[in-house]
Amino acid sequence: MKLHLPNSVWIGNIDTFLKKMDTSNGELEISSHKDWISVHPVVLCMVTSLGLKIRHENKKILFQKMTATSKHYFHRMGLFKLLKLKSEMEIKEHGSAGRFIPIQIIKNSKELDNFITEMIPLLHKEPDKVEPIKYVVTELVRNVFEHAQSKIGAVVCAQYYPKSNTIRIGVVDIGIGIKKSISKVWNPKSDLDAISLALTPGITGTTRKVGGTGENAGAGLFFIKSLAKINRDFFIIYSGNAMYKLLKNPKNKEAKLIAEPLQDHNSHGEDYPYWQGTVVGIDLCLDQHPNFDKILDLIRDFYRRTKKQKIKERFKRPRFI
Amino acid sequence: MIEIKIYKKTGNFAGNKDIAKEIRAKEILPFIRKEDKIFLDFENVNSATQSFVHALISDVIRKEGIKVLDKLFFKNCNETIQKMIGIVVEYMQDTGKKN
Repeated sequence: MKLHLPNSVWIGNIDTFLKKMDTSNGELEISSHKDWISVHPVVLCMVTSLGLKIRHENKKILFQKMTATSKHYFHRMGLFKLLKLKSEMEIKEHGSAGRFIPIQIIKNSKELDNFITEMIPLLHKEPDKVEPIKYVVTELVRNVFEHAQSKIGAVVCAQYYPKSNTIRIGVVDIGIGIKKSISKVWNPKSDLDAISLALTPGITGTTRKVGGTGENAGAGLFFIKSLAKINRDFFIIYSGNAMYKLLKNPKNKEAKLIAEPLQDHNSHGEDYPYWQGTVVGIDLCLDQHPNFDKILDLIRDFYRRTKKQKIKERFKRPRFI
Repeated sequence: MIEIKIYKKTGNFAGNKDIAKEIRAKEILPFIRKEDKIFLDFENVNSATQSFVHALISDVIRKEGIKVLDKLFFKNCNETIQKMIGIVVEYMQDTGKKN
């Protein structure tokens, strides 16, 4: 396995980073840009997940000494500690309040509740700004518990970028992946097909029944994608060999919710290095953030329209011949 | 009449589906036919996830039919929670047993 942390990775340009990864079995070798490294939290979660997987398999991690001036960031986010690596850095730690949530491993509901109670307030944002963050983290982490069978649980971290007033969030697991999970009920032809099904409202990996089961409606990822879409933010989901990226909805175009994810403004591919598990990254811009309630109105309208369409499709007219 | 205080179980953020499932299984379903009214009181709860609301009420609607909303009441819900409940009720409308 080989990973190179380049100069800059954010969701907009993550494709190149992903394509250059070597996820084949064996030792994990991590190298990095020599001058400056700036990566999206989802990348940190991926590095941590692979590292934990390697540790679990009792294999070696070869982490090339970082020389970049931004190397302290990786120390502060807890990467070296979690992977039991010597960081060789002496750092005077300041509080993380308002800026980042270090990498966390969440394995059960109790840990998730603690995370929501203790970590999210560290971001020091007004309650109405924090709600979507709580929402996204809770739903994504619960997906890991319920569908991923990840040996290490969910790896989560977040970073606030004051210049763009954006929170970037990553939630990663090394479980069975979306295709295997959703194949219990559906028949996806490929990893991309599986991702597409998982993002479609009303499709859950637990039943084919309309309305889902008592516990799953197949709406969680659709809600999160909708939040990113209406917010005109990035959202990425990567599992197996496939990557789906919701691109920023152009400002001059009305953001309308649609069921079929491949009809959204997106980029996708099926030729990525195989990721055993699921990777989700999202950006939430806090200042252009429409009211969360307004997004819920749009989602409700969407369900109404879908229902009307279904009724229309079922409606039979008499045929006079 | 039964009143269930959600805040006592979830705090101000209702996101834990396990709690929702427990409320549904232990405090709603066994009493829904016996009681004339069940109040789900969301006082002091700031927000709830769709998954939480779904786990709380979808199975009740499926098993009892949409008419169950004549005896299941949602109290002290802020606008966000009202909307979330509205969405779940919306997509559950034609899945329950016919009354």
